[in-house]
Amino acid sequence: MTDNARSQPTRFRSPSRFGLLSGRLKFVAVALCAVALLGAACSDGDDEPAATPPPAPAPVAAEPEPPPAPPAEPEAAPEPPPPAPAEPEPAPPAPAPAEPAAGEPIRVGSILDETGPLNIYGTPMVDATRLAIDHINASGGLLGRPLELVEVDSKSDQNEYISGAERLASMDLAVVQGGITSASREAIRPVFDDAEMLYFYNVLYEGGVCDINTFVTGTVPTQQVEPLLRWAVEHIGPRVYVLAADYNYGQISADWAEEYAPTVGAEILATDFFPLDVSEFGTTLSAIQDADPDVIFSFLVGGAHISFYSQFAASGLAEEMTIVSTTFGVGNEHIALEPAAQENLYVAYSYYQELDTPENAAFVAAWQDAYGSDYPYITDLAVDTWDGWHMWAEAVERAGTTDREAVIAELQRGATFVSPRGLVVMDGAAHHVTVPIRIAVTDGANGFEMIRTYEAVGPEFEQQQCDLVNNPDVNQQFTP
Amino acid sequence: MTADGVFNAWFSLMTTVSVLLLVSLGLAVVFGLRRVINLAHGEFIMFGAFATLTATRAGVGLWGAILIAVAVTAAFGLVVELTLIRHLYERPADTMLATWGLSLILVQLADLIYGSVTEGIPTPLSSFGVGDYSMSTYNLVLIGVAWTLAALTWLVMRRTRYGLLTRAAAQNPDMAAGLGVNTRRVATWTFAYGAGLAGAAGAVLAPVVGVIPTMGQLYVARSFMAVIVGGPAFLAGTVGASTALGTVENLVSRGYTPVIGQAMLLVAAIVILRFLPQGLTGGRRRGGLV
Repeated sequence: MTDNARSQPTRFRSPSRFGLLSGRLKFVAVALCAVALLGAACSDGDDEPAATPPPAPAPVAAEPEPPPAPPAEPEAAPEPPPPAPAEPEPAPPAPAPAEPAAGEPIRVGSILDETGPLNIYGTPMVDATRLAIDHINASGGLLGRPLELVEVDSKSDQNEYISGAERLASMDLAVVQGGITSASREAIRPVFDDAEMLYFYNVLYEGGVCDINTFVTGTVPTQQVEPLLRWAVEHIGPRVYVLAADYNYGQISADWAEEYAPTVGAEILATDFFPLDVSEFGTTLSAIQDADPDVIFSFLVGGAHISFYSQFAASGLAEEMTIVSTTFGVGNEHIALEPAAQENLYVAYSYYQELDTPENAAFVAAWQDAYGSDYPYITDLAVDTWDGWHMWAEAVERAGTTDREAVIAELQRGATFVSPRGLVVMDGAAHHVTVPIRIAVTDGANGFEMIRTYEAVGPEFEQQQCDLVNNPDVNQQFTP
Repeated sequence: MTADGVFNAWFSLMTTVSVLLLVSLGLAVVFGLRRVINLAHGEFIMFGAFATLTATRAGVGLWGAILIAVAVTAAFGLVVELTLIRHLYERPADTMLATWGLSLILVQLADLIYGSVTEGIPTPLSSFGVGDYSMSTYNLVLIGVAWTLAALTWLVMRRTRYGLLTRAAAQNPDMAAGLGVNTRRVATWTFAYGAGLAGAAGAVLAPVVGVIPTMGQLYVARSFMAVIVGGPAFLAGTVGASTALGTVENLVSRGYTPVIGQAMLLVAAIVILRFLPQGLTGGRRRGGLV
């Protein structure tokens, strides 16, 4: 509560009712905080910046330059405790900014939905983040220094994203990775742009982001929507009904489906959008039956939309049409639904836990070592996250510094990483990755069976539109 | 529109209305009789769903699991009333805070116990065809359960001694107490009954929605809307409001898009409350609470 807020009520106070009310309100505010804290405390405890165990605890040194308080900076007044953010460019006298002593931790940030409805996506990504940091630290850290992870739980709440990103941006972090929905990414990306803090987005999405400060390890429509739609037309039929979540991911992805339809020979019969909290699909199921499609293309997102699949199956429509999706499975929908409610459902990702390669076997073993062999499923998003951290780490090693511009330059030279999903190549100009893409079908046992692999599928659209090597100042999201 | 199309539309309408009624009944009882603004109502629904899930995993059949879930959720409601709610009657702001806190705790507990996603309940897959349309048989169950519970609640309120006492305690607690009604005990049973209804909603919905810890949040807002629009005669009001709001949402979703359907549900609620500030049943002079 600021001074302002506190002083205003007194001005209008009429002794009897307002006095009573404001006392009550104060209690309400206090109790709200208490309850919120309690809720947060239940969420594993570490909503506040938590450090993953660095081998040598050198905690005191972490906060940079607290001493230079005396200089008569006029803005310093409002909030005494964190003076750090005032100057992102290094203050000359302090020895800290350039290259800190060996052994001092490199602080990095993560912002993900660990709680709330979107944690069906967030949980595996948080686990992947912690595992990646531990893995990097266990193999000696970076430049001889351990990583120290600052985690923010954005609680599936857009406002938490913004305040959390601002909190992270005010710290002295080498990189921040996170954001899940495209809505959240677009909320926090400008914050890290302004703070000149390197940002990784590790989620499949609607594509087109072109920003010197942002690197993406997730797949884009040229890698997912196009191959899946083409495959569906060839193997199932041309008549397509599109269902999409009603926010930028769903809207733009649906545009992509329209865009690709003529080239692959599909006919889009209709497109329906659903707010994220819709869990009853009765009218849609009738509308679908009226349209009588061969294929239902689902861009549905979140826990509520899981209901669509069971209601679809319960209506007996699975006999007549087939669902394909670019989102089914990354929220563990294939775990939540029993096999009979998800028969014959096709998806396109670059990673599946079932992938049979030595790299993936080692990765799955390490994962289950850390989180138990009964872990539901390692999602594509979890591996994107793993790749994001490792690609950044390798770029830092090669650059020999965590300096943002040096790391960006290194990544733009075309970083590669042998990931559990195969070879991942960063396109230096587009800041997106080339990866293998696999079409898979639900296997009747809460998993997927891969039926077709396309090696080295590039982010074609981004490569055409976005050249950050030659035009580093472009900052926009291209759409079809 | 052909005959089968009309039937299909009607069936879908009935399903929407019944689901809304189903998720609102428990709140209607608790709010209508006790004036408790139970922000954990959604989590009681979630509790019922997870209880059903747990019971089916233990090998109980779906119908048995649903009954167990209702009993367990009602018992849980009893405990909540005794430990939390009973200390906060007549203090609406505090009750809201306490129940909101409870809802956060329950969501997080479910998350810690079951994980953010867990294997769901087998979906009853049988369907029936009418003309060119195929519909889920289980929707008949949803419709049947919703209206049976509404009828049962009417019978309980109108035809049992408990119903008489709880209505008396709600309308004039001092007089009821003066005449020897143990209003505290009646209140406890009422809250448990409401929790049981919420548990029933969660249990019956569990096979056709994603059973995840945050599922309660999907229902709490619209059930409040139905109850508030319903007005003081909570049962008739909630039935009427569910029918009105569900019809608007369903028809508009069908005619335009689900987004506009959802928006129109809100608009309808606002318009109704603008012209009937007490809700649909606000004008009733007699007949009281049911």
